Amino acid sequence: MASPLFVRNDMLPPLPPPAGERGVVKWLRENLFSSVLNSVLTLLACLAVLWLASFILPWLAHSVWNASSLAECREKIAASFGPEAAGPCWAVIRLRWNQFLFGLYPQAEYWRPTTAAALMMVSLSPVLYYGLRRPALNITVTMTVLLVLALIGLGTDWGHIVLSVAIMLALMAVAATAPKRLLWLTLLFPFIAFFLIWGGPIWTAVGTLAGFVIFALVWQFVQKPLGVVVGAGVGLVVAAIWWTSLQSSVTGVLAAALPWGLPYVVSDNIGGFLLAFVIGITAISASLPIGVLLALGRRSDMPLIHSLSVGFIEFFRGVPLITVLFAANFLLLYFLPPRTNFDLILRVIIVVIIFASAYIAEVIRGGLAALPRGQYEAADALGLDYWQAQRLIIMPQALKISIPGIVSSFIGLFKDTTLVALVGLMDPLQGVTKIVRSDNAWKGLYWEPYIFVGGIFFLVCFSMSRYSMYLERKLKTDHR
Amino acid sequence: MAEASKKMVVSDEVAIQITAMNKWYGQFHVLRDINMTVQRGERIVICGPSGSGKSTLIRCINRLEEHQSGQIIVDGTELTNDIKNIDKVRSEVGMVFQHFNLFPHLTILENCTLAPIWVRKVPRKEAEETAMHYLTKVKIPDQAHKYPGQLSGGQQQRVAIARSLCMKPRIMLFDEPTSALDPEMIKEVLDTMIQLAEEGMTMLCVTHEMGFAQAVANRVIFMDKGQIVEQNEPREFFNNPQSERTKLFLSQILGH
Repeated sequence: MASPLFVRNDMLPPLPPPAGERGVVKWLRENLFSSVLNSVLTLLACLAVLWLASFILPWLAHSVWNASSLAECREKIAASFGPEAAGPCWAVIRLRWNQFLFGLYPQAEYWRPTTAAALMMVSLSPVLYYGLRRPALNITVTMTVLLVLALIGLGTDWGHIVLSVAIMLALMAVAATAPKRLLWLTLLFPFIAFFLIWGGPIWTAVGTLAGFVIFALVWQFVQKPLGVVVGAGVGLVVAAIWWTSLQSSVTGVLAAALPWGLPYVVSDNIGGFLLAFVIGITAISASLPIGVLLALGRRSDMPLIHSLSVGFIEFFRGVPLITVLFAANFLLLYFLPPRTNFDLILRVIIVVIIFASAYIAEVIRGGLAALPRGQYEAADALGLDYWQAQRLIIMPQALKISIPGIVSSFIGLFKDTTLVALVGLMDPLQGVTKIVRSDNAWKGLYWEPYIFVGGIFFLVCFSMSRYSMYLERKLKTDHR
Repeated sequence: MAEASKKMVVSDEVAIQITAMNKWYGQFHVLRDINMTVQRGERIVICGPSGSGKSTLIRCINRLEEHQSGQIIVDGTELTNDIKNIDKVRSEVGMVFQHFNLFPHLTILENCTLAPIWVRKVPRKEAEETAMHYLTKVKIPDQAHKYPGQLSGGQQQRVAIARSLCMKPRIMLFDEPTSALDPEMIKEVLDTMIQLAEEGMTMLCVTHEMGFAQAVANRVIFMDKGQIVEQNEPREFFNNPQSERTKLFLSQILGH
C-alpha cells in the first residue's frame, strides 16, 4: 500500500475563469437559455411582448395633442390614419392639466401650491439625504430652476416670482454652507405649506406652531422629574388647552393688529394631485413616528400602554379605510367641542394618519422582532436607558430591516388617497376625471385621463421604491 | 503564564456581595441559595456543565436577569427594581458576551464611544481618544473605521472587550467569551483577558478554558444544578477536587 503522505510545496496562484464563464455569453446562458424549457419560455415571452407592442405602439403613434373636443380628435385621427384607426386624445390633458394638478384652486393663486411643492422637495432633502451637501444643493438648485419656469408658465405676477426665488436662494445658501440646518425648514414646512395652500391670516399657522413649541417646552421641563411618557402626556394636555381655548383669541388680536395674510381658499376648491400630495405626504411623515411609538407600546411591559396600543392597532387594521373616512366625514365632529368647524381635509388627514400608523406599527414590530436579544442586552449592559437604547441601538436597526415593508405601506397609502373621492373630495383619479368627462366636449372619453393620472401615480410610487433601494444599499453595513 | 498570578493583588474591599440569592424561571428553580463574596481585584472562573446556571448567575450581577429572593450588592449598590440603581451598576460593570453583540450599524469606533458619550456624557473627542487607547490595547486600532461585520470573530470579541473598557468599569463579567470562536482566535482573546487580569481588574469569567483558569484565576467556582458545588484556588481545584460531581466533570473536560 502506498504511503498517504502528501505535501504541497508551492501554493497555487488564482487564475481567471474559462472564456465561456464570463461576460454576456455566461449571462445569456445562465439567465435565458439554461435548459430547453427555459429557451422555449424565453422565445415565447419575447413573442408575447412583441404581440402586445403591436397593439399599443400603433395606438400611441396615433396620439393627438391639439383638439378642442373629442369629436375633433376622432376626425383628426380618421383623416391621418384612416377611418378604422384608433388613438389617444392627449389634447384633453393639455387643456385640463391645471385641474388635474390643482382641482378648482383659483388660477391667480397657483403660485402658492407651486412654491409649496418646491419648498417640500427642499425640506425633504435633509430627511432623505441627511447631512449630505451634494444632494441637498442639487435638489435646491433644481427646484429653484423648476419653480421659476413653472411660475412664469403659470403667468404669476413678478412680485411673487421674486419673493419665491428670494426664499429659494436663501435656502440654496443654507444648503451650500450647512445642509444639516435645512432640517429647520423641514420642521417648519407643515406650517408654511398650510399657510400657503389655505391662506388666511398668517397668525393661524403661527398659533398652531406655537402649540407645538409649547408642547416641546412643557415636555422638556416635565420629563426630567417625571419621565418621558408623563412629560409627553402633560405637554399634550397643555398644548391642547392652547389650541382649543386660547389660540383663536390670541391670533384674533394679532390678526387685527397686523393683518398679514393671503386670500383664503376653501377646502372644496382644493383637489387633484395637490390634494393627493397634501394628504399623502402629511400622512406618510406623521404615521412613521406614531407607528414607531405604537410598535414600542405594543412591546411594552406596562399593561395599560400595551393594551391601548394593541387595541388601537387591531381596531384600525380591522376596519376598511372607507369606513374610517366616512367616520371622519360624519362622526368626528360629534367628538369635538361644539362650534369647532373642523375642515374636512384636515379631518381626512387625521384619520388617514391614524389608519396608516397602525399598519406602520406592525411593520416596525416585525423589524423589532427580527433583532437578536443580544442587541438589547448589550445596550442594557452598557448602561443606556430605555429611550437611549431605542433611539441609538434598536430603532436604527429595526427601521433598516423594515424599510421594504414601510415603503410598501407608504406606496399603498399614497394610492389610497384616491379613496377620499368617496367623502366628496376632489381626488385626481375619481373627482377631477369625473369633472373632465362630464364636459360636453369630452363626453365618451375614457382611457386618456386614467392613463395620465395612473402614470403620475406610477412615477411617484416608483421613485419611492427606488429611493428605498438606495437607502437599503447605503445602510448595508453587515457585509454578508 | 503560570507566574502571572503572583503579581496580582487582591484587596480586602468587597466588590460584589451575594447573599441567599434564589432565582426561578417560571417553576424551574435555576439558582439555589447562592452565597458569594468577590473582593476587589479577584479573578474568578465559574465553570460547570451546561444548564448549571453559571451564565444566569453572572447575568444577575448586572440585572440582565432578575433574582426573586436574596440580596445582590455590587459596589455598595443593592440591585432592586429601582432603575436608577440598575443603571448605576450597569455603568460600573462591563460585560462581554458569547456572541459579542457588537452594534452592526455602527463602526468599531462608534461602538466604543456610544456609551461614554450618552451615559457618561464625555465629550466626543475625549471619548474617541479613550476608545483609540483601548483599541490599541486590544491590538486593533487600524480597524477603528470598519464595521463589525468586516472583522473576524476574534477581532470582534476584542472590540467588545474594548467597548466595555471604554466605560472604565470597576468589574468585568465574561459570559463564555471564547465559546463561539475558532481555535486560532481563542488565544488572541485570552491574551487580552490575561493582560486585563494583570492590570488588577476584578473579573468574573464563565468559561471552559481551564488553561486560562490555571493561569490567572485566584478562585475557581464549580456549579451544578443551580448551586455552587465547590470552590477553591485553581491548583487545589484541579489537582485535588473534593466532591464526586467535580471529579466527574473534571475527568470529562480534562480527560482527552
